[in-house]
Amino acid sequence: MVEVSHLTKKYGDFTAVSDLSFTIEDGLIYGFLGPNGAGKSTTMNIMTGCLSATEGEVIIEGHDIFEEPKEAKKCIGYLPEIPPLYPDLTPVEYLEFVARAKGVPSSELDEQIESVMEETGITVYANRPIKNLSKGYKQRVGIAQAIIGHPSLIILDEPTVGLDPKQIIEIRNLIKNLGKKHTVVLSSHILSEVQAICDRVMIISRGKMVAFDAPENLESLMLGEGTIEVKASCSKDIIEPVIASMEFATGYDIKEEDGGCTATVRIGSEDRQKTQAEMLRMFGEKGVPVYQITPVRASLEDVFIELTHGSSEPDAEEEEVEE
Amino acid sequence: MLTVMRHELNMQDRSFSTYLFGFFLLETIGIAAMIYNINNKMANFEYCLSTITLVFVLIIPLITMKSIAEERKLRTDQLLYSLPLSMWDIVLGKFFATLVNFMFPMVFIAVYPLLFKRYGNVYLLTSYGSIIAFIFLGAALIAIGMFVSSLTENQGIAAGISAVIIALNYYSLDLANITSSTKQGSLLVILFFILIIGFIVRSLTKSTLAGVILAALLAAITGIVYLIKSDLFEGLVPSVMSKISFFQRFYAFVNGNFDVTAIVYYVSMTAFFLFLCVQSLEKRRYN
Repeated sequence: MVEVSHLTKKYGDFTAVSDLSFTIEDGLIYGFLGPNGAGKSTTMNIMTGCLSATEGEVIIEGHDIFEEPKEAKKCIGYLPEIPPLYPDLTPVEYLEFVARAKGVPSSELDEQIESVMEETGITVYANRPIKNLSKGYKQRVGIAQAIIGHPSLIILDEPTVGLDPKQIIEIRNLIKNLGKKHTVVLSSHILSEVQAICDRVMIISRGKMVAFDAPENLESLMLGEGTIEVKASCSKDIIEPVIASMEFATGYDIKEEDGGCTATVRIGSEDRQKTQAEMLRMFGEKGVPVYQITPVRASLEDVFIELTHGSSEPDAEEEEVEE
Repeated sequence: MLTVMRHELNMQDRSFSTYLFGFFLLETIGIAAMIYNINNKMANFEYCLSTITLVFVLIIPLITMKSIAEERKLRTDQLLYSLPLSMWDIVLGKFFATLVNFMFPMVFIAVYPLLFKRYGNVYLLTSYGSIIAFIFLGAALIAIGMFVSSLTENQGIAAGISAVIIALNYYSLDLANITSSTKQGSLLVILFFILIIGFIVRSLTKSTLAGVILAALLAAITGIVYLIKSDLFEGLVPSVMSKISFFQRFYAFVNGNFDVTAIVYYVSMTAFFLFLCVQSLEKRRYN
């Protein structure tokens, strides 16, 4: 378990992270989401002891990262934005160094290296210098480095940046698997990624937490009331009386189109599935030629844009400061 | 610390500059031994060592330039920071690994006096005393090189600055002779250094006020001392400059005097620069 409380980091006059507090429970995958320069990397660097904080504290498994760095760091596996690899070493040699530094006993060394290489799929390249590996495999070596020594918390900073689509899917699956055994925190500015992998999403903007919830809750947060879109191959006159007669419809809007019309029906906070079934029954009864009926969901994208509204403009400037 | 040392040895043994270092050290000592001991039929091996000390200007940067600068460039410093290692583990691990690579050619060199002993009367005590002092001198210079390497992420710049510092130290005695030994001259030099200290404090604390206050305080103390006892300033700068010379102290060993204070000086300088190196690494986390 990780407790971050009132974390603040200032670079001169610029505040990269401002009064951030959150708790990370065991066994879940957390997604850290925010526009570039929002303070994601800074927060992660502070959590892993790579950077000091101006104010606030980070408690990892009961150890303060600033007071007891060694004990706290033993619980963490960290993959920074740029994988910290020694190009001349082979993955085996590299992992051996990291494992020893993490205090893995010599007797378990070979076994652990073997198992993390298998888990991350780098066994084939075990004895090839890291500089000769492709970007995707370098990233895997970076992840292998983070998970060796069985830390309870794994922190990955933008683990899929710069990879091709196939590699992205592979790394995502790998992270999902990691989530079964470890607590994982990953940062990303790709929404679909967070939506696909994470159990909890933290949205951070300008160093402040703007939302912290399960992805589906964040979406429903935006929905407020549900909306259902109905497409029918008939004119407005036929469909309108039917919709008007629906008791659960709190409002509607019908647009005529070529060869039919599209109705947007607001249904309040009714049970969606039941309402949709009821709608279909009623359309059937009246013989309305409906060919498509879709619940409209606000995507995480909408939530994200809504919450971080207007903060992504001075990007370039902020990013420079973060560097 | 042993983990870092082991890793560092593994890394350095793949680096061309480590071999270049060994090659230059063995080559220059070999040539000196050939000229002094073989051609000129002298039995004092220690003279070879004292002749070639200038070569440190070139070869110490070779083994220290990468030390920390490279970690920064590769961003592997983030790995070191996030691993459960203390800054001292990292710095000492790197230092001892570099020292081992320095000692390796010295093992061959240590055989020379024994070889020469077969053909003449070699003062073994002086020879081995000098070899030991040579190693301590090298260790202190390695610590300086590592500290410089921790200041930048460009190994070329690190090498250049270390070379200049070692060269200045090497020639500090000659420089001492040409610096002003008058009271006023010393006072000016001291005030100049106080100004530099003020700037350093300002850059470290990011507070102009702190720098100004400290510099003003130090300047006031210096001024008072100067007014009360101006004799203290007579020849101060040249004598300090000749005292800080690492190389000047080495010549005592060559002359057959095993100077324990010099060894203490080398060890404390090594510790001091390694301490600065640790601080420099720590500071990067507090930027």
